[in-house]
Amino acid sequence: MTTLPARPAAASGPAVRGHVTQLRVLHSEWIKLRTLRSTLVTLTAAVVVMIGLGLLFCAVSANRWPHMDRGEQLRFSAAGVSVRGFLLAQLAVAVLGVLVVSGEYATGMIRATLSAVPRRLPVLWAKAAVYTAVTFLAMTTASLVAFLAGQAILSSQHIGTSLGAPGAARMVFGAGLYLTVVGLLSVALGTLIRSTAGGIATVFGLLMVLPLLTEALPTTWSISEYLPSNAGQALLAAHREPHILAPWTGFAVFCLYTVVALAAAAAALKRRDA
Amino acid sequence: MQPGAREFRLWVIVRALVGGLALGHPPIAAGHEDLPMIEAHALTKRYGERTAVEDLSFTVRPGAVTGFLGPNGAGKSTTMRMILGLDAPSAGRVTVNGRHYADHRAPLHEVGAMLEARAIHTGRSAYHHLLALAVTTGIPRGRVDEVIDLVGLREVARKRAGGFSLGMGQRLGIASALLGDPATLLLDEPVNGLGPEGILWIRNLLRSLAAEGRTVLVSSHLMSEMALTAEHLIVIGRGRLIADTSVAEFVRGAAGTSVRVRTDDAERLRRLLAGPEVTVASEAAGVLEVTGLTSDRIGRIAADHAIALAELTPQQASLEQAFMELTRDAVEYQAPPVADHEGRAA
Repeated sequence: MTTLPARPAAASGPAVRGHVTQLRVLHSEWIKLRTLRSTLVTLTAAVVVMIGLGLLFCAVSANRWPHMDRGEQLRFSAAGVSVRGFLLAQLAVAVLGVLVVSGEYATGMIRATLSAVPRRLPVLWAKAAVYTAVTFLAMTTASLVAFLAGQAILSSQHIGTSLGAPGAARMVFGAGLYLTVVGLLSVALGTLIRSTAGGIATVFGLLMVLPLLTEALPTTWSISEYLPSNAGQALLAAHREPHILAPWTGFAVFCLYTVVALAAAAAALKRRDA
Repeated sequence: MQPGAREFRLWVIVRALVGGLALGHPPIAAGHEDLPMIEAHALTKRYGERTAVEDLSFTVRPGAVTGFLGPNGAGKSTTMRMILGLDAPSAGRVTVNGRHYADHRAPLHEVGAMLEARAIHTGRSAYHHLLALAVTTGIPRGRVDEVIDLVGLREVARKRAGGFSLGMGQRLGIASALLGDPATLLLDEPVNGLGPEGILWIRNLLRSLAAEGRTVLVSSHLMSEMALTAEHLIVIGRGRLIADTSVAEFVRGAAGTSVRVRTDDAERLRRLLAGPEVTVASEAAGVLEVTGLTSDRIGRIAADHAIALAELTPQQASLEQAFMELTRDAVEYQAPPVADHEGRAA
């Protein structure tokens, strides 16, 4: 869980009657998240896409396996292909992450929220924590299901793998972790930008468009692997390749971006008029 | 973690008792922490070039409904947002119950606010909206049901707030203001969009809340409504304080009163009343509108000259007129005067 910034005595002790505490704000944000239909719809979309696309890719791979050349077969990753749906699922996770905050600005709810919690930062920590926990659970489960079901399909060609195989567990849980951090980054950007359209455009631009733009640059510049999404997706890479960071190094870089965005969001939330 | 409903009720009772005792003494010491008060000192808010609120100082005291009055765009909402710490003042300061709003540990118990009714996520039900606010300060679910009943939203409490009418939205806003049973209430234009029944309900609610010793600040751009609800008035225009007075005094001071006289002998009476300080207007045959003389004096003059009077009525300046008189120079957007139904320029 995220920690509270240092503050004077009373609130950090046991919950005093009527006092606003971080735990109570967490409870409030959990109620808010679960009582909106958009949460269920968007998370369901993310899970369905994650599992559905995984199955589709596996079925196509199993079909094509006899026709693949040797090089293609060598590069094939049974774990990687089954969790490939994360590429589309990240859009749904990002949209909901932005909405968690921008939805309150769009409707005016933010004024009620900040009147109830005038110190403001507990709201951001609670939103981030609740959404992180929910996406982690949902997307890790989806990733596991996609992997297991995918392997069942691939085993028809005897090319399935197991979680014990080298790198498989990293990729399967890595998909859940990557999507979780995408969600957290989106909450931060939603707080910074406040508008739904602007927030979603920024997250998509950052995660999907920026890598395409840098493809035009000379590969010797080594910028591309440090971009947020490329760094984060290194965790899901099947093979070590040039211009891709080591899996956990890449993920750490992605987390660093997110921490910076979250800090900026906190500063903005504290300072700006609501 | 959450306190039980029984404990909560007990706490409300204790609080009411303590509050009652405190109110037994007249509120002398301004700024005393225990008294529910809103105090603004030289409050100023600038948005870039535009000054929304300028050097505004006032005190809102407990036990009465205080009307916060001003034309549209006068800075009422901005001031209310600053009271709640939503907007930071460019200069000056404002405290609620002796502290900055953000420094209160249990803000919902100190101040209940309804800023524009639509501070509600349209996709959430009224019940869950209130519950999410309630749990931030450990208010039990029972209290949520209580305020829902209090504002008469039980039937629709589980429906999405997005489908609410303006009046239902206002009621929900008031429910959220009452959640923490606060000593101070802040309501921005609460009667907007309400029907006559709803307006009467709010009027009585506000009065009874004030009678319990609470501090109640209600903004409005409708003078006539405030005259019926409020006892005290803070009037602003273009972000500046225009008047801080009781309703009665406001009306008396804002415009001179005239006397309406009806008689068959209007022409003779008009000549008799004439004087340097007196103006007599006539809008219909046999009816005089006299300014500058009291009704006593006019009656005496008529009797002395044996003129029979059919009517002798002191005219109070209408509140709306008094208000417009006062804020005429402070209206942000003004339409050219339109002749009213009696043919005079309004």
